[in-house]
Amino acid sequence: MNFKNLKFNLSNKNKDLIPQILTVVFLILIVIYFTINAQSNMGNRGISFGFGFLSQESSFDITFSLIDYDGSHTYARAFLVGLLNTILVSAIGIFFATILGVTIGIARLSQNYLVAKSAEWYVEIFRNIPLILQIFFWYFAALRALPLTVDSINFYDISFLNVKGWYVPKFVWTNFSIFIYSIIFAFILIYFLAKYAQKQRDKFGKQIPTLYISILLIIGLPFLTFLIGGVSLTFEIPELTQLSKTVYVYRGGVSIIPELISLALALSMYTATFIAENVRAGILGVSKGQKEAAASIGLTKGQILKLVVMPQALRIIIPPTTNQYLNLTKNSSLAAAIAYPDIVLVFAGTALMQTGRAIEIISITMLTYLSLSLSISVFMNWYNKKMAIKEK
Amino acid sequence: MIKSIKTWILVGFASLLLVACGQGGGGAGSKKSKTLDNTKKAGFVKCGVSQGLPGFSNADEAGNWTGIDVDVCRAVAAAVLGDADKVKYTPLSAKERFTALTSGEIDVLARNTTWTLSRDADIGLTFVGVNFYDGQGFMVRKASGINSVNDFRDGISACTNTGTTTELNMRDFFNSKNIKYEPIAFEKADEVVQAYDAGRCDTYTTDKSGLAAQRTKLSNPDEHKVLPETISKEPLGPVVRQGDSVWEDIVRWSLNTMIEAEEYGVNSSNASSLKDSDNPAIKRLVGAEGELGAAFGLDNDWSLRIIEQVGNYGESYKKHIADTGILPNRGPNELWTKGGILYVPPAR
Repeated sequence: MNFKNLKFNLSNKNKDLIPQILTVVFLILIVIYFTINAQSNMGNRGISFGFGFLSQESSFDITFSLIDYDGSHTYARAFLVGLLNTILVSAIGIFFATILGVTIGIARLSQNYLVAKSAEWYVEIFRNIPLILQIFFWYFAALRALPLTVDSINFYDISFLNVKGWYVPKFVWTNFSIFIYSIIFAFILIYFLAKYAQKQRDKFGKQIPTLYISILLIIGLPFLTFLIGGVSLTFEIPELTQLSKTVYVYRGGVSIIPELISLALALSMYTATFIAENVRAGILGVSKGQKEAAASIGLTKGQILKLVVMPQALRIIIPPTTNQYLNLTKNSSLAAAIAYPDIVLVFAGTALMQTGRAIEIISITMLTYLSLSLSISVFMNWYNKKMAIKEK
Repeated sequence: MIKSIKTWILVGFASLLLVACGQGGGGAGSKKSKTLDNTKKAGFVKCGVSQGLPGFSNADEAGNWTGIDVDVCRAVAAAVLGDADKVKYTPLSAKERFTALTSGEIDVLARNTTWTLSRDADIGLTFVGVNFYDGQGFMVRKASGINSVNDFRDGISACTNTGTTTELNMRDFFNSKNIKYEPIAFEKADEVVQAYDAGRCDTYTTDKSGLAAQRTKLSNPDEHKVLPETISKEPLGPVVRQGDSVWEDIVRWSLNTMIEAEEYGVNSSNASSLKDSDNPAIKRLVGAEGELGAAFGLDNDWSLRIIEQVGNYGESYKKHIADTGILPNRGPNELWTKGGILYVPPAR
């Protein structure tokens, strides 16, 4: 063994490494300490630890579920129901928050005084009221404002809105898979079309109207499957049924519960204000010279926005908007307040109460939110990278 | 070399320290009661109650808690500290209550909690008795034309509280009747009331005493009624942590004393004058005979203080449940000698 050599190593590489290893060891020790402490305290109080309860029968029902579920299923499945409901409301929230946010953000920059001022007022009002109050407002205001089932608001006799929810027709498909394949096929065609169009443009400077052809493909191909592919679609329209003298309910169709509607509404309206500010900052962040330069080489207004302003603005918009998407997902846990069966209400609420397994359930729930947030993060980072300037 | 040895010494030292801490944390209950010592040291009983259920535990504008659950806390404080007012109340949701107790945030949980096997055996709790025999029922609008649970049909929506036995009973009930229903479970009772009031659900289900109490919060209480059927047994009682048997006994016998006092006709106004009663059972209750308190490490007047400061069970029921109009009829909560099922072991 060469002592000199070892000393050399210590002074260079290991010098930096040792404090890091020490920190990691210390962190691991802290975790071990908390585990041992929790274990001994739980032991003293006669509480057992384990995840066996997940395969037990849950014996409670859930209002709203995307998968087949009732109380005879396991706690693990109840967890899945809650998780899917959380993902559902977050996805709906993110979708509408983005649309609304972009619209409001652009409106704030409008030359029209009324439009710009309304957008400003919107932002100032909705971002300054605590979210939980907005959720309560939309939920209880909606409940109070909507009519009882028997006096539902009627949309052309196919859709009904009342205090118990929004009832819409259910799509009943035959040969649904063929329909889906045709859509996938259309997307593949569009992909190759875009490649081809780019080649044509780069080589010969020829512009192919990709957009119109794409729209034609995406509508035309699935439509063809109805004519020759044996696909057919019928609607199951909700029907009013009387349960007792004054109690009515709609049967059949799909029911969208008011808890979901008000939660999605509150989350998207709240988050949209922050996205709007991001969009505004992004657009303002592109220097005026860029637009003038683009105009001077003869691009049209639409082309300037699409080819020059937006690609640069997006680089500014995406990172803070990612934060907003994460916030929205985490804020969806406020669902418990208005009985929307998300993961917190179902799993960290009812399941926790029935089993008493606080440590196990809360750690599973925390891990779930962590994974959800990380997934969104990973996706948005990928998108951000794609939009970033590629130095040539 | 030197550095790595140092590291190992550090790691070894740190882990020793941590293991030592870990073992120092607990301490199983021996003859001495840690909870009793801590309570005496703190000067108040840490009691978990509901977030507001009239008749059981409810705070007025000034923050004074009243109710029959509150009276259990007060009885323990009177027995242990000599003053029924020395209680620190912690309002808890159904979800928080057991964790608050097992973690030591509170020492007595008197929060209309149903005694069940899994709660008693599985999660580190011990139920010490029953201070209210309840059962789950349904409330509906009078105009609905529903007069019994047999009038429920597929598609009915039912509001309730999450984290309670109610949710499970509701499923058992509708399943046995083969009725498809829509369960809507809220975290707080006030939100259930609001949603039911707005017409979100056709029926509101919880313990019957709870229904009677919550009905008063509706915008038109007279338009609603409670159906006659009771679909479950709900023995509600105080809970303590597992592992401190002395403390468990103190809470159990504080409650039993109130019930036994009613049985022997001892109440807050006549208790002290009964010290020279001919009946030895009464004499034991008011501390004139025997050394009963010594078994818990209390003095001999502990039960007299409970009766004088809090009153017997009948007084407590009348004041909080009957006179407030929640449930004027005592039903099963009458003494066994008067046709009810209140029956406690003798204090001797």
